[in-house]
Amino acid sequence: MPQFCFVEGEGNDVRSYILKRVLISIFTLLAITLVLFILLHLMPGSPFNDEKLTPAQHASLNAKYGLDQPLVVQFFKYVGNMFKGDFGVSYKISKNTPISQLIESRLPISIRVGGLAVSLGAAFGLLLGIVAALKHNTIWDTICTVISVIGVSIPSYVFALALSYTLGFKLSWFPMLYSNQAPFASSVMPSIALSLFTLASIARFTRTEMLEVLSSDYMLLAESKGISGSPLILQHALRNALIPIVTVLAPLIVDLMTGSLVVEKIFSIPGVGSLLVTAIQSNDYNVVIALSFIYSAMYIGIMLVVDILYGVIDPRIRVAKKGD
Amino acid sequence: MRKQNKRNLTAPAAKEPYQFQPDDFAFRGSADVTLIDTNFTSENFWKEVRKRFFRNKGAVISLIVVLCIGFFAAFGPNMSGHTYSEQKLTQKNFAPRVPLLEDLGIFNGNETLNTTTGSKIINGYQDKNLTNVYYWFGSDTLGRDIWTRVWEGTRISLGIALCAALIDFLIGMSYGLISGYYGGRVDSIMQRIAEIVNGIPRLVIVTLLMLILPRGFLTIVFALMITEWIGMSRIARAEMLKLKESEFVLASRTLGARDLRIIFREILPNIVGPIITQIMFSIPTAIFTEAFLSFVGLGIPVPMCSLGSLIADAFNSFTTHPYQIIPPIIVLALLMLCFNMLADGLREAFDPKFKEM
Repeated sequence: MPQFCFVEGEGNDVRSYILKRVLISIFTLLAITLVLFILLHLMPGSPFNDEKLTPAQHASLNAKYGLDQPLVVQFFKYVGNMFKGDFGVSYKISKNTPISQLIESRLPISIRVGGLAVSLGAAFGLLLGIVAALKHNTIWDTICTVISVIGVSIPSYVFALALSYTLGFKLSWFPMLYSNQAPFASSVMPSIALSLFTLASIARFTRTEMLEVLSSDYMLLAESKGISGSPLILQHALRNALIPIVTVLAPLIVDLMTGSLVVEKIFSIPGVGSLLVTAIQSNDYNVVIALSFIYSAMYIGIMLVVDILYGVIDPRIRVAKKGD
Repeated sequence: MRKQNKRNLTAPAAKEPYQFQPDDFAFRGSADVTLIDTNFTSENFWKEVRKRFFRNKGAVISLIVVLCIGFFAAFGPNMSGHTYSEQKLTQKNFAPRVPLLEDLGIFNGNETLNTTTGSKIINGYQDKNLTNVYYWFGSDTLGRDIWTRVWEGTRISLGIALCAALIDFLIGMSYGLISGYYGGRVDSIMQRIAEIVNGIPRLVIVTLLMLILPRGFLTIVFALMITEWIGMSRIARAEMLKLKESEFVLASRTLGARDLRIIFREILPNIVGPIITQIMFSIPTAIFTEAFLSFVGLGIPVPMCSLGSLIADAFNSFTTHPYQIIPPIIVLALLMLCFNMLADGLREAFDPKFKEM
């Protein structure tokens, strides 16, 4: 009976934790939308700047577009539009094209490059971290440490430029600029450049966690039971080491988003990042605001998933967060 | 001595009472008796930190490199005889030329250009008969001296980073300390606010701020200030939670110290280590963010320059004139790398038990 109660309490705990995280995320997204809305009103000029318009015409135009309503009503309308994916039209980059249409064609490219970068970084980072931990205090360990220090501290666009100059310009292995004819070959260099930070952080983290797990009692037990070789490393050591690695995912994704802006510009990738850069440079406010909303929504969504995932995997986090 | 006494006491047939001898007793704590623990000598905290720090070779080398870069940032722009904004349109895109080294066949102003018909070597200095003109790092597409501009840019990048780190330190530390000290409702409201601010991607905050504020040094510092204080506040809060129940806090509260005194005079000096480490970590982040903003076109306005804007300018011609992009990139990479390693070294020095992440 007490056991049952405990389990039920546990379930409530998970639910209230998730509920809390979801509520905070929604609040954050609303806060961002509010900031964007205020910014839009702070921007110089009004939509109807024509001096020939009479006050009556102004009033009727305002009524038509709902600009005569109280700001609160306007705000909620705005929120509704944002969540429906209606971001208005672009003024400068391509005149009168709905922004959602601009983004629709570019988002898949960015996601492909970003996804490739994450998978490359995670795979090689894990490999490097495991090798370094297994060959602790050897030359392999040193190499891993050096790579991870360099990868963590040098910005991704320095790598992008170096790759672009050597592999792209000097050796001509890969196209220097993105071309739609060869989407895969031209995603290779940007993905590598973007993945290095992910690779380095994951390698560093895996190494630390693996070292801790390898010296634990249950590894000794597993070994004394006669388990050895790759089952020992993969099933017993890595699985336990992987749990905390989930925490580094969120900062990595942030870096990937920032990095993608510059890397997309360097390789002329027609993705969301380069759209944002162009929009900033040509003062196309609507596009900047729409993309800010999308970036924020993606970021908040990912943070939410990572947090919930971690809370579900590791009960200690939930309890600690509750004590906050 | 004790043994002797015991034997005497237990001896059944003592004929006469024990006569005390002068050497039976000795003063305790005299110079030759006092035990000096040489294994665990208590040392000054800072002395130990310094010792641990200097044992870390990587951190010491990083410190030296950072100091060198700092030296050049301070004096480099005045060394070459050019100014950072002076343009000589007749002397554009000159390759690096350094006195003495040019006699060895390197840095003599030669530049190999690859064209469709093959590669050829050109030398701007010889073509224009300029025997006395030296651009140590070459000149850029507008005929400005890259040496001067790189160090001028370093100066601005470092200035922005240091200002931002200092302001973050003040805001984040106070926020975290106050939130952690008062606890309860204050803490939970302050933490919810921090969580919401943290939920907005930095990229978005910085971009939007740069759009509505005039471009310049202060705007970048402001943008960095708004985004970077959260890390510091978290560290300060965590340290505060560790310390606020300790005895010395209770003692000083009993003596009638007020809250602000306890926070800033009693607890703060005890958490200096993690805070200095965090400041050092926030410097490379600030340098990186500034470089990123400049690259995107939201950075320092021309003719001023920063490392990011130099890289962005040189990027447009980096396949034809690679020497223009190499100096700012190397300085940027070295700064980021060394500040990170310095911060790592400091963290180990302050807290040797820290689990490396």
